[in-house]
Amino acid sequence: MTRFVVRRLALAALVVLGVVVLTFVVARVVPGDPAATWAGPRARPEQIERAREELGLDRPLPAQIGQYLAGITTGDWGVSLRTRRPVLEDIARRAPASIELVTVAMLLAIGVGVPLGLIAARWKGGFPDMGSRLVAIVGVSMPAFWLAIVLQLVFFQRLHILPVAGSYDPDLDYTSPLRSITNMPIVDSLITGNWAVFGSALRHVVLPAIVIAAYPVGVITRMVRASVLDTIGEDHVRMVRALGFSERSVFARFALRHAWSPVVAVLALVFAYALVNTFLVEAIFNRPGLGSYAADAIGALDTPAILGVTLFVAIVYVLGNLVVDIVQATIDPRIRVS
Amino acid sequence: MSRVPSYQDVESREGVLAPPGRLRSVPGIIRRNPLLAVGAALCIAIFLVAVLAPLIATYPEDAGSAVHPLQTLEPPSAQHYFGTDQVGRDVFSRVVYGARISPVIAVLVLAISVLIGVPLGIAAGYFGGAVDEVIMRVTDVFLAFPALLLALAFAAVMEPSIKNTVIAISVTWWPWYTRIVRGQAASVTGRPFVESAKATGIPHRRILLRHVLPNSITPVIVQVSLDVGGVILTASALSFLGLGAQDPTPDWGLMVSQGQAFFTTQWWLVTFPGAAIFLTAVAFNLLGDGLRDVLDPRRVLTTR
Repeated sequence: MTRFVVRRLALAALVVLGVVVLTFVVARVVPGDPAATWAGPRARPEQIERAREELGLDRPLPAQIGQYLAGITTGDWGVSLRTRRPVLEDIARRAPASIELVTVAMLLAIGVGVPLGLIAARWKGGFPDMGSRLVAIVGVSMPAFWLAIVLQLVFFQRLHILPVAGSYDPDLDYTSPLRSITNMPIVDSLITGNWAVFGSALRHVVLPAIVIAAYPVGVITRMVRASVLDTIGEDHVRMVRALGFSERSVFARFALRHAWSPVVAVLALVFAYALVNTFLVEAIFNRPGLGSYAADAIGALDTPAILGVTLFVAIVYVLGNLVVDIVQATIDPRIRVS
Repeated sequence: MSRVPSYQDVESREGVLAPPGRLRSVPGIIRRNPLLAVGAALCIAIFLVAVLAPLIATYPEDAGSAVHPLQTLEPPSAQHYFGTDQVGRDVFSRVVYGARISPVIAVLVLAISVLIGVPLGIAAGYFGGAVDEVIMRVTDVFLAFPALLLALAFAAVMEPSIKNTVIAISVTWWPWYTRIVRGQAASVTGRPFVESAKATGIPHRRILLRHVLPNSITPVIVQVSLDVGGVILTASALSFLGLGAQDPTPDWGLMVSQGQAFFTTQWWLVTFPGAAIFLTAVAFNLLGDGLRDVLDPRRVLTTR
């Protein structure tokens, strides 16, 4: 088991290294000149030249990559050309809100997708199955940016039910200001007992969370269905059925217990996907977060920030997969061997 | 050894495909799988709309850079089924012509991805060892980027255009095919008929082309049909962000993006092009999902 974990860790490190090299090469073919951006619009040529030296852009690419990698390990992810703050600091400030949003969306997706998948598997081939398949396909076919705008139109323009912009009502900053601890508005308001902001934040998160949950709902539904059907076909479940247990207890007590592993695996993938979807959704719902930070960085060709966000998402993704691999290997010894 | 082995030859429990035995007749498939039939019908309809766009569009010239200052932002009416946009172009005609863009982007991206991904996957699966190790680690690096993020990064550094959208998405898409084909090819390579072909001294190239490739390709076909919707969504997200097609191209994602500024009062600008993206994605996902059941009952939904 230790060998397995060490091997997976080494591979994960290798992948992150590859991601850095790749992003670096891509970032260096940018048409814009980061040094000119850094020096400002009215900089003289010699100032731009000095900026180039300061940023290390005059050195060969491998040396730049080496320096960047050395920086990463000590927590120096470069300085944003746009905000002029350290990139890691920016990410630490902006990412929690996005992670909170994605987590809410994932809980929603699990809450809807798991029951739907179970229903589909239980009545395979029947109407519940077809209905759940239709929901799944609608979910994975939904353009997030369009759903976001349509929901705004319906819930704000027509029904006036839910707020469509920001993380919570900005007026509350005067009456009951929120103390930032984790930079997650819902969590912060909950632990500081700020109920006004808590209620407002919850109402503000509903629509963006629905938009982000659409795709995961589809994937989770299909995965749960497939996984349960797989287990039901296995010999030990057939045996239980042959012994005369009712269909209901076969399902609830034997099939479900073993159906979770692939579902957990897909959750890690979907989480990273959803994190990237915040790029679109946060911009449309005007929520501060990693997504809107990345969108601004891309717009301004802010290379260090783009690099940093890419690296951050890649690390989340690789770590997610690593955790899933280890959890699965702990549950199922067959995986360790291959 | 000149015969390409049939599915029966490679039937196994190790992930090689079962024969499509229940593929009886077209009416049979439709009855078993009505959603597949709906998907296929929708796909044909979209194809027809794209081909017949000049006949269906009520104002074909509005698909281009036409400007009608006297009829901007008109709501849907008998003259303009989907209303008019900010420069007076007929939204219905533009949506119709849009059917010529998104599906074509998807086809190009998937063709490039298959051409890169499949040979690499087959090489990795067949040769194994160091070749396998190198190819799969490189693939892992690309897979560690969620597709939209990498496509965004690529699209951001290149001039926004449809051509670069295709390149940006292709770069992120091929590794999935490498991964799928590798498993399949490795499993086929272990079968006795390939072992015996190797022992007989038949050159690698011939074994790869005649035995490994034909027996590894079915999951690729299924995956391609499942991926069309995903590529269309990614491409439209890029053009929504201004990183894809540029005005006056009647690209659906771009139209939603341009309509966003007016959506509180002119709802039709956003609603119809977005619905077209959604419907197209639904059509191809229904088709792909159904095809998977028919061709490959054992595989489960992959995700990206």
